[in-house]
Amino acid sequence: MDMDFRGRDIISIRDFNRDEIEYILDKALEMAGEGAPLMAGRILGLLFFEPSTRTRLSFEVAMKRLGGDVVGFSDSHLTSITKGESLSDTIKTVETYTDIIVVRHSREGAARLAAEASSKPVINAGDGPNQHPTQTLLDLYTIRKELGRLDVKVTLMGDLKYGRTVHSLAYALALFDAEIDLVSPPGLEMPEEVITDLKAMGARINVSNKLDISRAQVLYVTRIQKERFPDSEEYAKVRGAYKLTMESLHEAREDLIILHPLPRVQEIASEIDGTKHAKYFDQVANGVPVRMAVLALVTGVVD
Amino acid sequence: MSRQIKVERIKEGTVIDHISCGQALNVMRILGITKEYPSTAVTVAMNVSSPKSGRKDIVKIEGRELKGDEVDKISLISPHATINIIRNSGVVEKRNVSLPVTLEGVVTCANPNCITRFEDTVSKFKVERRDPIRLRCLFCERVMEQKAVINQF
Repeated sequence: MDMDFRGRDIISIRDFNRDEIEYILDKALEMAGEGAPLMAGRILGLLFFEPSTRTRLSFEVAMKRLGGDVVGFSDSHLTSITKGESLSDTIKTVETYTDIIVVRHSREGAARLAAEASSKPVINAGDGPNQHPTQTLLDLYTIRKELGRLDVKVTLMGDLKYGRTVHSLAYALALFDAEIDLVSPPGLEMPEEVITDLKAMGARINVSNKLDISRAQVLYVTRIQKERFPDSEEYAKVRGAYKLTMESLHEAREDLIILHPLPRVQEIASEIDGTKHAKYFDQVANGVPVRMAVLALVTGVVD
Repeated sequence: MSRQIKVERIKEGTVIDHISCGQALNVMRILGITKEYPSTAVTVAMNVSSPKSGRKDIVKIEGRELKGDEVDKISLISPHATINIIRNSGVVEKRNVSLPVTLEGVVTCANPNCITRFEDTVSKFKVERRDPIRLRCLFCERVMEQKAVINQF
């Protein structure tokens, strides 16, 4: 199958159909372990208006593994933005220096705006609570790599209201006919708007406040943030109820994989790390080949 | 004998016909017609029977022709409305409102964290449903339902 990603922006998982997503995942598989200097002489601009560890580092590593170079900032307080420069102007400046731009910004829609301003490809590395498409791609990559398919039974557990990764992931899983269980504390349920969208796509969705681990082939856990709760006592209660321990695994399927976008804050007991189910550090490592594939495809050095 | 509605004809102005039932007051809101409005005649009819659409609302305004952005806004809350321009007591032009697939400008995204609220840029929405209106911001991807749209007018 021939697909042209050259010059394309990667802003939202909604912009991609099933074939395109599978194509990127196939490319990522080819890239894993590879260090060909496909991007030699090219420069990636990393514009992190908001802090990040994994995403920024893995983009940087991905570019360097491909033989390219990186410029940018990870703290917008040290830039002209503090002088009141608009995002569009910042992008129009950076695009003159670079071949490709990665943006993280706290405002929703910032990456789309950046893509409008730029003639170079723009990759969204998170626009506030909206989208983070390369995270979704690496989540899908991990599931496919571990289980060999994407039409599996997935349980998303944790903060499903504010967690952007679960919104995009649920959307992508629905594209691949996965069966999705949504498990969250009361008050942190998946927004009705997202569920309506998923159902319109024909997705099979089950909503619950309680985990039934025996149903899951993939258990995707997200962080429950303290600031979402009015008092710390309530937070402690919820955190305890949704914490994954060795005991929670008794009913688990043999082939269950546990994923987490990281950072984790006690949602998964560290004793689980040594089990065959724990795949969250493999998942984070998969960010590199997936981002290598995305960078190489949109610059057109592979097709 | 069926009941006739007696409404005075206007000489110069606009008749907005086939307004979705219950939307006449929102059309007035869009047009800025309040009690402070100049002393020209404004006639409002609500829930009148129509052979075409069952029930409809009508707004007639003496001495006013609508601007493009006013027509665009009406199309958002009443996609089947027709605009009749009246001169010398006769209809000189009749047109349907049209709602594009992608709406540019006209409304502001309701999401307070949307980048379009902070940068100097034109808002863009995909029209996901026409009646009642449902828009999706092409930047932040949030949905705006009819109520949020009307709240802006």
